[in-house]
Amino acid sequence: MQVTSQQFKRKAAEALANPKLRKALSNLRARMVIGRAQSVLELDNLEQIREAAKSARDFALAHLDHLLEQFERNACARGAQVHWAETGDDVNRLVLEIARRNAVRKIIKSKSMLGEETGLNHYLEAAGIEVRETDLGEYIIQEARETPSHIIAPAIHRTADEIADLFQQKHKLPRKTDIGEMTREARMVLRPHFLTADMGITGANFLVAESGTSMIVTNEGNGRMTTTLPRVHVAIAGIEKVLPTLEDVAFILRLLTRSATGQSISNYLTFTTGPKQAGDKDGPDEFHIILVDAGRTRVLASDLRAALRCIRCGACMNHCPVYQSVGGHAYGWVYPGPIGAVLTPAYVGLENALDLPNAATMCNQCGVVCPVKIPLPDLMRKLREQQVERGLRPWSERLALRFWAWVALRPEAYAWIARLLAAVGRWAGGSMRLMHKLPGGASWSRYRDMPAPPGKTFRELYRRRK
Amino acid sequence: MNARDRILARVRLALDRASETAQSESAATVRDRLRNRPRGPLPAMNWDLVPRFRERCFSLSSTVDEIARLDQVPHAVARYLAGNALPSACVCWPELAPLEWTAAGLQVEARPATGDDATGISGVFCAIAETGTLMLLSGAENYATTSLLPDTHIAVVPATRIVRSMEDAWDLLRSERGALPRQVTFVSGPSRTGDIEMTLVLGIHGPYRVHVIVVGG
Repeated sequence: MQVTSQQFKRKAAEALANPKLRKALSNLRARMVIGRAQSVLELDNLEQIREAAKSARDFALAHLDHLLEQFERNACARGAQVHWAETGDDVNRLVLEIARRNAVRKIIKSKSMLGEETGLNHYLEAAGIEVRETDLGEYIIQEARETPSHIIAPAIHRTADEIADLFQQKHKLPRKTDIGEMTREARMVLRPHFLTADMGITGANFLVAESGTSMIVTNEGNGRMTTTLPRVHVAIAGIEKVLPTLEDVAFILRLLTRSATGQSISNYLTFTTGPKQAGDKDGPDEFHIILVDAGRTRVLASDLRAALRCIRCGACMNHCPVYQSVGGHAYGWVYPGPIGAVLTPAYVGLENALDLPNAATMCNQCGVVCPVKIPLPDLMRKLREQQVERGLRPWSERLALRFWAWVALRPEAYAWIARLLAAVGRWAGGSMRLMHKLPGGASWSRYRDMPAPPGKTFRELYRRRK
Repeated sequence: MNARDRILARVRLALDRASETAQSESAATVRDRLRNRPRGPLPAMNWDLVPRFRERCFSLSSTVDEIARLDQVPHAVARYLAGNALPSACVCWPELAPLEWTAAGLQVEARPATGDDATGISGVFCAIAETGTLMLLSGAENYATTSLLPDTHIAVVPATRIVRSMEDAWDLLRSERGALPRQVTFVSGPSRTGDIEMTLVLGIHGPYRVHVIVVGG
């Protein structure tokens, strides 16, 4: 996907001025945040499970090479074909080769964020292959020619009203306003595609080393169709998705589905090991798994390694005051919210996403709800430090900080400037309401004026008390 | 070197595991973990299997019927279909074909479902009480389409096959089958989506209705 993260400030401002988007995003707090809070109450030992999930993911990363080799051996033993891709372009090329070899004309796709990273749909369409997204949210944004704005609910930025218009225009059927009827219409439109597709593409929530299994978590049933009905199935997965055993998947799922949507379990958990076996009535003739690096090994080697624990539940964005306000598109790449503020710079280059690690209040809501305890604010702070070390911050900020450093090292100058600022603040604040008119004051106090300081500096009060 | 070797080499470099000793220690640690398969921490499970399973099924918007014997299944199915004004033609898994369907007034064929079949009747490998989940295995006589393409999925669950957790289900699978079949599917209620304004709608691509018949509870 094209990276537009450098336009964060402009896009965030546009998002804040868009009443439809704000209405659409208002559902987030009501559904996702409350849903998670209620469903984790079912786990009396939530913190113990989070700690264990963190160490299982850390184990996987610490032994990634051997687990991947085990996974490959076990998957191949069951007839799966395992491929390795170093870059997103390699992924696209490998998928197209498989499609060409099998004379594929139509592909059905179950949601894959990795596919968004590599721009897989566009690549296949440019090669003349029809690609159908089948997750309802992905289907909506594919028809609207947009990108997902949330990793679990890709069309969360659209209101029902807008989707009704889109369906009427695309389906050439009478406009429906009831969400149930719109959903049934999408079912009716997509069903024939499931039955006629030559190839299915899915992502993977986890790869299981012990058995060579790839598994996906879905609610709609499109994932089951995609892995069962077409004659070829291709699963694409980042190398970090591996877990040692089925036991690990079982206990981490208790956190994943609750953190994502507040469900104690998702509707369909599909564990696939190899292609159709002798005697089977259904299943693909060929099953390919593409293991993808595309930046993962670089993150593994960096001080951002903890971000690779991520199990893609979306809880960090659901709970983020910035994401709740501006939505996902402002972030400018595949992953929005706090995890996106870490992964985007890590995968596409810090210089291409300067604002993202700063688009945070450091409130640590994301860190508190993360099921695998990724210290997201710490990682964002590391990226901020790197920006300074690599001289990537704007000159005005660098100059201001240099001035601040000079002042802070000189107590007399500091006291004098503090007295001056207090006096100016006392004059401009309070009933004058001029704080936002002062140089540099607007960005902090345009919407909510700063109260006037009490008049004496801390040093003055301290001296008097003594 | 090919892509595989280059990726694995980068992983080893990132993990700072240049030495032979570090490499073989890691390999041994992985082998141990895959052999011993330690369980993660379980939440408290202070409940009885069948009542919990029933309660969780309801919470997932599945419906539940309980009967004493397997030969009562056709009548239970007929009762459910009539009660919901659904057609009496069904497809089923071969293992259920010997039941007296015709006597219950149903037309039941043992074959995979197509997009046109209204109701599919399946068995299960087992069911999970913690979450109200059905565990289905692929296989020569376990058609995936039965529980996927029709609008209504009816599952016959022997009470003796209800286990506590997914961890217990994996143990049962390993002890009875050894290896995993091509596909293991865990079904928890009717297909659903919340992709339009986060409004929950039942029945997007899979069944609208899941009806569970517990036998011998």
